[in-house]
Amino acid sequence: MTGMSLARVRRAIEAVEDPELPQVTIGDLGIVRSVAVEGGVARVALTPTFTGCPAMGVIIEDVGTAIEGLGLRPAIETVLAPAWSPEWITASGRQKLLEAGIAPPVGSGGEDLETLLSLPSPCPRCGSIRTRRLSEFGATACKAPHVCDACKEPFEGFKPL
Amino acid sequence: MSDLFVRYLLRQGDRALVLSQQLSEWVTHVHELEEEMAVANISLDLIGQARALYAYAGEIEGSGRTEDDMAYWRPAEDFQNPLLVEQPNGDFAMTMVRQFLHDSWAALYWQAMTESVDDTLAALAGKAAKETAYHLRHAKSWVIRLGDGTEESHQRAQAALDHLWGYTDAMFDSDDAEVAVVAKNIGADPTNFKQAWLTGVGSVFTEATLQQPVGAQRRGGRDGLHQSGFEQLIEEMQSVARAHPGAQW
Repeated sequence: MTGMSLARVRRAIEAVEDPELPQVTIGDLGIVRSVAVEGGVARVALTPTFTGCPAMGVIIEDVGTAIEGLGLRPAIETVLAPAWSPEWITASGRQKLLEAGIAPPVGSGGEDLETLLSLPSPCPRCGSIRTRRLSEFGATACKAPHVCDACKEPFEGFKPL
Repeated sequence: MSDLFVRYLLRQGDRALVLSQQLSEWVTHVHELEEEMAVANISLDLIGQARALYAYAGEIEGSGRTEDDMAYWRPAEDFQNPLLVEQPNGDFAMTMVRQFLHDSWAALYWQAMTESVDDTLAALAGKAAKETAYHLRHAKSWVIRLGDGTEESHQRAQAALDHLWGYTDAMFDSDDAEVAVVAKNIGADPTNFKQAWLTGVGSVFTEATLQQPVGAQRRGGRDGLHQSGFEQLIEEMQSVARAHPGAQW
């Protein structure tokens, strides 16, 4: 396998959509930790965003299908170390989330939980920081429902965990 | 050492899974949609933690047992969760006080476990500590809201605390499994954070105008001795897996 082929395999894997957030790919979310190709086998390590993320099963299947589509056999493992952190979302991933009306996670890493939760999520529609978290838990493990007091629109925001 | 380590991992997995199963029974019964989402999400995070612990126990054991084998194919008497998490859901106050007492412990536990010399457990702890701190925030806000709420909600929160308090000491117990794992700096010694736990829950009780109970402490869960109703809880959790062994979808 040449370096070029490895790049192609990595691109195909990173292009797999998140089944619960189809606006972004698993590459955008930063959960693809490593890709190696050896003797017709593509070895992939993925790190779940939350320990109980129910999308992982589907993501593993979809990554397998993407690898088979390149004529390779998949060997996929999930690794917990180091733990996924919102800073792993790429700049283009953050942009895609915003365009989909989802506020990307706030904070730059290192803040404690209370500080993080006190930072307002800027409204993905009007950009105002006059927003409120309506509830700590939402429709997926990684997001919580918010509302913007400036434009009055509800929106989902990534949990900063 | 490895059989003690496996027992240790299973205990922590059992704690998370039994509490998760209990919370999932609330789904479609909670008084408002946001809380419906909350209990489901907390339950899901606990399943995630249990899965990681069970999978790792199977790996250490080297027997080929999977996380599903641990959850669905062990008899009820093999479960070694603390009795606290198997206390019946009761009313919403009972469930939230139970969650608060547990999460206060688990937040300190996972924080301490981030220092584990075992890379797998330290990594799991890194994520679980964040998830649990978030759960604790939620449970704490309910304990305060109910305790310092109406006469009715106060009375229910106090009754829940009076019942559950007697199951809290056991969360700080150790036997040969904990001692062996703690001695190797793999596990965290819960007696090291007992004072922090007492201070933390005590300050919330004050804010919630709840009286910290005194009285007898009960033990047993870690020895496989469970209360009536526990077998049915496990039986229901295992019923689908056992009705369709090895099913894939």
